[in-house]
Amino acid sequence: MDRKSFLTAQAAQAKPNGIKQLNKTARTNSTITPYAGVWGETQIIQLLKRATFGAKISDIAYFKTKTMSQCVDELVTPLAAPSPPVNNYEGKTFNGNPFVDPDGIAKGATWVNAPYNNDANGFRENSMKSWWVSLMLNQGRSVTEKMVLFWHNHFSTEINSYNDVRYNFKYLATIRQYALGDFKAFVKAISLDPMMLRYLNGFVNTKNAPDENYGRELQELFVCGKGPNSQYTEDDVKAAAKVLTGININNTTVTYNFISANHDTANKTFSPFYNNTVITGQTGAAGINELDSLILMLFAGKSNGQALPEAAYFISRKLYRWFVYYDIDATTETNIIAPMAQAFYSANWDITAPLKLLLKSEHFYDILNFGCQIKSPVDYTIGALREFNTVIQNADIAVNYDTWYTVYALMVAFQQAIGDPPNVAGWPAYYQAPQYNEIWVNTDTLPKRSQVMDTLVTNNYGLIPAFDVIAFADALSNPADPNAMVSDTLKYLLRIDISQVNRDYIKTTYLLTGQTNDIYWTQAWNLFNVDRTNTINKNVVKSRLQQMIKYIIDLAEYQIA
Amino acid sequence: MKRRDFIRNAAPVIAAPALLNGYTVKAFGASPFLDALTAATANTDHVVVMIQLSGGNDGLNMVIPLDQYGNLANARSNILIPSNKVLSLTGTTATGLHPSMTGLQSMYNNGKVKIVQGVSYPSPSFSHFRATDIWTSASDSNQSLNTGWMGRYLGTEYPNFPSGYPNATMPDPLAIQIGSSVSPAFMGPAVSMGMAISNPNSFYNIVNNVQDTADLSKPWGKELSYVRTVAKQTQAYLSVIKTAAQSVTGQLTYPANNRLADQLKIVAQLIKGGLKTRMYLVSIGGFDTHSAQVDATDFTKGAHANLMLQLSDAIKAFTDDCQNLGVGDRVVGMTFSEFGRRIKSNASGGTDHGSAAPLFVFGNKVDGGKIVGNNPTIAGTVSVNDNVPMQYDFRSVYSTILSHWLCVKPSDLNTIMLKNFQDLGLIQSSASCMPTGIHEANQKAGINLISNYPNPFVSSTTITFTTEGGHTMVQIFDMMGREITTLVNREYEAGTYTAWFDATGLAPGNYYARLQNGFNQQVRNMSIVR
Repeated sequence: MDRKSFLTAQAAQAKPNGIKQLNKTARTNSTITPYAGVWGETQIIQLLKRATFGAKISDIAYFKTKTMSQCVDELVTPLAAPSPPVNNYEGKTFNGNPFVDPDGIAKGATWVNAPYNNDANGFRENSMKSWWVSLMLNQGRSVTEKMVLFWHNHFSTEINSYNDVRYNFKYLATIRQYALGDFKAFVKAISLDPMMLRYLNGFVNTKNAPDENYGRELQELFVCGKGPNSQYTEDDVKAAAKVLTGININNTTVTYNFISANHDTANKTFSPFYNNTVITGQTGAAGINELDSLILMLFAGKSNGQALPEAAYFISRKLYRWFVYYDIDATTETNIIAPMAQAFYSANWDITAPLKLLLKSEHFYDILNFGCQIKSPVDYTIGALREFNTVIQNADIAVNYDTWYTVYALMVAFQQAIGDPPNVAGWPAYYQAPQYNEIWVNTDTLPKRSQVMDTLVTNNYGLIPAFDVIAFADALSNPADPNAMVSDTLKYLLRIDISQVNRDYIKTTYLLTGQTNDIYWTQAWNLFNVDRTNTINKNVVKSRLQQMIKYIIDLAEYQIA
Repeated sequence: MKRRDFIRNAAPVIAAPALLNGYTVKAFGASPFLDALTAATANTDHVVVMIQLSGGNDGLNMVIPLDQYGNLANARSNILIPSNKVLSLTGTTATGLHPSMTGLQSMYNNGKVKIVQGVSYPSPSFSHFRATDIWTSASDSNQSLNTGWMGRYLGTEYPNFPSGYPNATMPDPLAIQIGSSVSPAFMGPAVSMGMAISNPNSFYNIVNNVQDTADLSKPWGKELSYVRTVAKQTQAYLSVIKTAAQSVTGQLTYPANNRLADQLKIVAQLIKGGLKTRMYLVSIGGFDTHSAQVDATDFTKGAHANLMLQLSDAIKAFTDDCQNLGVGDRVVGMTFSEFGRRIKSNASGGTDHGSAAPLFVFGNKVDGGKIVGNNPTIAGTVSVNDNVPMQYDFRSVYSTILSHWLCVKPSDLNTIMLKNFQDLGLIQSSASCMPTGIHEANQKAGINLISNYPNPFVSSTTITFTTEGGHTMVQIFDMMGREITTLVNREYEAGTYTAWFDATGLAPGNYYARLQNGFNQQVRNMSIVR
């Protein structure tokens, strides 16, 4: 068993198993019907905390002027591809000397079209990871980054597994390109993606030595899933592998390359789950066309009694867990998953169809679905930096990249290394019953999370600048009123309501330093406002805001979105 | 006393060579060897308990200057405690305590309480926030510090905290604050020394169940409850705190309905339970008595009287309990408030924000039953802006506790306190880690060390002062406590000297001159008339 199969075998025991049994926690009967209730900050925050990383106050204000439907449509609109990562490493120390890009790529120019270089590769990988962080931090009002991470978790590959950044970057470009597009076309693209061909051994799958790795995961993890109604067989795995024989990689162009001599030209017969489909063997260059037939068949695979192909349900459930809650009971299956699957299928596998349906549903804005996601490391870290408007803008682009890399390293410390999920099944927090996203928080990661955030409230964390708590307060409705200060801060930072007793506690303890009269805060804020260059008056309000925010982000409630 | 403590404490004063495990003890006087032997931290089992009175305590109704009673009655007739109700203190007829403070009275009379008069700092702030920040950071009036004085102390003792903590040598939290957030006073050079992963506050919350309930029937409640469970598990210090707390039985009864007593009870429990934690902070609010601080029909009752009662009862119960638990000799406490209140009361039966006020230092090993400093001199006519003059800088109190009780080395003391402050003794010399011969300031009571002539004066006056030699300082303050000038600030031979004070340009009114020399200080009231 090679390393990849070993990992896969491990993952197999822990793969998603479809519908979870009802637990004691009450779920809800709300349906997929478009939400028609009040469109207020609470609802907008729900939408933004789930569809982006963190809910920025400026974004909340922006969406207040729109209808719910307009908001979702805007968030789900696909974006143009971002500018690629650049040479941020020129002059960094390498073997004791300043590094010079071997291909003459200037600092600030992109390296993504450069050939492989052993010395430059590590630098470029770090550049790419930093760049990815920057895209998350600057994601704008779009679901794109959350979907890129969704697909990275879905079609997992690991940078660590093949150290050639050209492969890694092309893979990222592929998942970005299809993040809000045609899922069927996406499956074809990822099946031919050089990184995926490496990662799941597709490039060594030949007529004489078939490798079933990709053929299996294509069904089990990528299209049909492991649910009770996903009834493909072991023979289907073998047959799919045969369809895919002969695909190779051109290592110069980093594109797939079909070698017909390695292709199995026999007919491939599939099980009743795939309606006993026979894919006719093709010879010569046409052998690659069998992939289209295979995908067509995969997207039609369904069990007896099911209305739609299994893929429609499988992806809908995964979207649901990503955006709403991990617990899918029978009611949710009927009320939410089934209509999402129908929309997905009817829209010819356009992923935005079920996504929009979900994000516009009364179910999504059901109060029982608020505050029930434990923040992933990415959500926690990127979300906090965005919600506190952390600006990473230095004259030297290398400093920007180094700062983004610091953010990347934090997420690694919190156990989510973007680019390197633990295995082909993605992060366990997205599939491992019964804990799911509770897995993110443990006795190691929780204190780490709190220590980092605690530091950032008052100090820089490495290159990451400290939170500007004054700017945060300025964006609130009435900073001079300590009651409004507390309730606004709680509203934007937490999703779980805090009792009046504890609100008063926070106000009295932190903003009023133990006093009972609100006027003391108001006076301090107003005095600060008279002359903002007065350091002492500024520190009076700043230190109190910092203490209040520290307290709030130290609450268990802050771990939840 | 553990052997290491003994070596540490004894070594500096041993002059003659003696043998201890074959080593010449005198050699231990060389500090690198001594430090290596006793680890980098000062090895003491002494504990400091800070009691914060939030809001600005009316010191004049707490420690009552009976020798000023007539003028005081003019200034605050609607709130002043009747003189026959004032509790007397052994050894003085000039000063007494608020009638609610029977507990502190008996402690004082048993030598367990020391009163420090007129504690403030030059140019005091009258803002709660700013004044609290100054007291917690130990900064100058015009200085803004991001660290707290206790945080700087703990940062000196445990420089790498939190990395590597808890460990075998220091398995316990460095500082614990009960019942509130972690005070900025604990803010160290990089992190809060009172927090890290262990939030003492959450311990209090666990003990007292102050937390919004997580509704387990709802998805959010299930996830919240999960995170809270992990949070409890990750409290690195929680188990040691709980173990310590649970190991203690047989505590005495504390007064009921007394939030301060509730907090101090936990402190006694943790000290007895064996925590090596050196600093505790507890707090009580409600001292911002702008109106109705006394009952209109009985000035010995009312809001301030209740606070005095809670404070006194709580400290008495705590001290008795520590004694009962066998840890009384390890504990020194002090009270502080961000400021005192104005001399003159206002029409609504309260007092506005003021400056200097007395504070209490208490414990078995305190050089107690004594008063440091004098009663403030109250003028015959007091304007609304007049304040109690500063006699001692609050940082002198901190500094003295650090050096005499927590055994901080003189070199570190400057790092922590940022400058050199007057040594006030405060601790019995037998218990002090700085075995200096303490000259008691009140031994000088009745002897005028500073005077001026003429007084009142129009434009200038000559100030005469007597120094025992060494560093001597004469400062001039106005009645708002603002430092007008430092007239004298240098080393002198013992003797009597004069300094000329030119008051040109100063408004008419009351001023005072403050002499500081070694343990001594005295304040002289002066008036400019035109």
